Amino acid sequence: MSPTPREYNKMSEKAAPNSKLWKNVGMAFLVGGLICTIGQGILSWTQWLGLSQEEGGAVTSIALIFLSALLTGLNRYDDLAKHAGAGTLVPITGFANSMVSPALEFKREGLILGVGAKMFSIAGPVILYGISASVLYGLIIALFH
Amino acid sequence: MEWVITFGKAFLVGGLLCAIGQIFIDKTKLTPARILVGYVVMGVLLSALGVYGPLVSFAGAGATVPLTGFGHLLATGVQKAVAERGLLGALTGGLTAAAAGITAAMIFGLLTALLFTPGDKS
Amino acid sequence: MAVKTGNYTYLLENTPSVLSFGAVGSKKESEGPLGQYFDVINPDSTFGENSWEKAESKMVQISVEKALSKGHFEPEQIDMAFAGDLLNQCIGSVYGLRDLGIPFVGLYGACSTMAESLALAALFVDTAIAKRALAVTSSHFCSAERQFRFPLEYGGQRPPTSQWTVTGSGACVVGESDTAPYVRAVTIGCIEDLGIKDANNMGAAMAPAAAKTIARYLADTRTRPEDYDLILTGDLGQVGSALLEQLLEQEKIHLQGRHQDCGLLIYDRQQQDVHAGGSGCGCAASVLCSFILPKIRKGTLGDVLFVATGALMSPTSSMQGESIPGVAHLVHLSSSRRRKGVE
Repeated sequence: MSPTPREYNKMSEKAAPNSKLWKNVGMAFLVGGLICTIGQGILSWTQWLGLSQEEGGAVTSIALIFLSALLTGLNRYDDLAKHAGAGTLVPITGFANSMVSPALEFKREGLILGVGAKMFSIAGPVILYGISASVLYGLIIALFH
Repeated sequence: MEWVITFGKAFLVGGLLCAIGQIFIDKTKLTPARILVGYVVMGVLLSALGVYGPLVSFAGAGATVPLTGFGHLLATGVQKAVAERGLLGALTGGLTAAAAGITAAMIFGLLTALLFTPGDKS
Repeated sequence: MAVKTGNYTYLLENTPSVLSFGAVGSKKESEGPLGQYFDVINPDSTFGENSWEKAESKMVQISVEKALSKGHFEPEQIDMAFAGDLLNQCIGSVYGLRDLGIPFVGLYGACSTMAESLALAALFVDTAIAKRALAVTSSHFCSAERQFRFPLEYGGQRPPTSQWTVTGSGACVVGESDTAPYVRAVTIGCIEDLGIKDANNMGAAMAPAAAKTIARYLADTRTRPEDYDLILTGDLGQVGSALLEQLLEQEKIHLQGRHQDCGLLIYDRQQQDVHAGGSGCGCAASVLCSFILPKIRKGTLGDVLFVATGALMSPTSSMQGESIPGVAHLVHLSSSRRRKGVE
């Protein structure tokens, strides 16, 4: 009399508590927006210093990545992310955290196969498919324009 | 007053892009890595379609800081490189434009691994 | 001598005793409702070691030392150790027991390992193959996270169905004696898989195995849930516990408030941010060895069915998109040697 996998899947979906969607979305909006606002602060400052748009953008990224790496090293980024969810995942700080956290975590496995290899375990696919998409785009414009 | 509007736009657009990500986290079984890949590829696509450029002019860091902005950076890099160097630019443009960000993450990652110790969660 | 009854259950006619036991935990476990019952609490979850894997082995070592010293045993007096944990190749147990010189049987039953090891230890003693046998398991939040999920500093959000791996270990010495708790029967579970694929919902993946094992035991022994004071599952958590009761209802078995789950006992889910409850080999093991066994020894609990459940997936099978098979083993623990249920 045991249920079929399909019936059981329904049972288990019913038994699972719902995540608090609106609270989570609100937190993601707030924290994500705030990180972007900090980014805007740095960007505006670089423009005030007279840097070009491109240079300013690079400095902004570097500064945010530095802050993310620092908070990750101090074991604070994950505490923030627990509440912020996508708010700390989607900004460039989340990308930095995805590289810094495995590097730190797998330190015990050595500098080569630990830090070196594991650093890309989460961010690797992001870089790979981002670059691949850009190459595809480049081919299209090079061949058809 | 002008800076309030600049910052407000960055907050709003950046926040919205993150809120969409949260819906993916809560409503689908997509892992964070898949969501990030999706954002970057989406950024390349939207930039190629000419949608993301205007969003960047409108929202500044609100559009460049989320990972779709990283995709946009790759796409504009390729555009520029192809214009300058032709087909070869398709291979060099993306990584050249993203070099600062990726290198910074690698170097700060290495330094963090060397200087800090991993800790338990509470 | 153990005799098989029905298709899956062994009655232990010599009723071996759990002679002594020890439980170790860390900070989060000490802050939970059962914190005061642990033998050893170290708020520093590194246990003074420089890796999480070594910290887990240290816990194994401490819980075994505690179980041995409480019963005044030397390692040489133990004929066989049954041990396992969640780490690849069971290194938690291996390094924890390395220096003791006890014949070692490594087990992998994921979070069901405490019932598996206790069942085997009791069978070995009941059949007089071993005079005394040791059962020990462990889990560590940090070593499990980095093996199965993400680096600890990674900013991820845990879904509400996810469970928190207990940092803890429990060890039992089983032998012949006239003191409770007695092991009266064991049921070895089959692998059950109803197609759950979500590694963040292990309770749902394991509940069918628990339901099957409980139903089989009750059928084999011709007893009913009312014959027991407590039916204690390992780490089904909130979601799995609800599903277990529904699955058994479908088989016309009503647990009627006799069911509790170690994963729900060990933490305060309102205060401790553990979502659906605790999990891990150390969850069932430490709750059993800290909270349940002393009560059976004192007689405040009479008959307990200890049903630890395990989710038998690996990071590889998860990445390849396979569903999560579950297993549950059952140990009938009792404060008396005489069966009070219907034979």
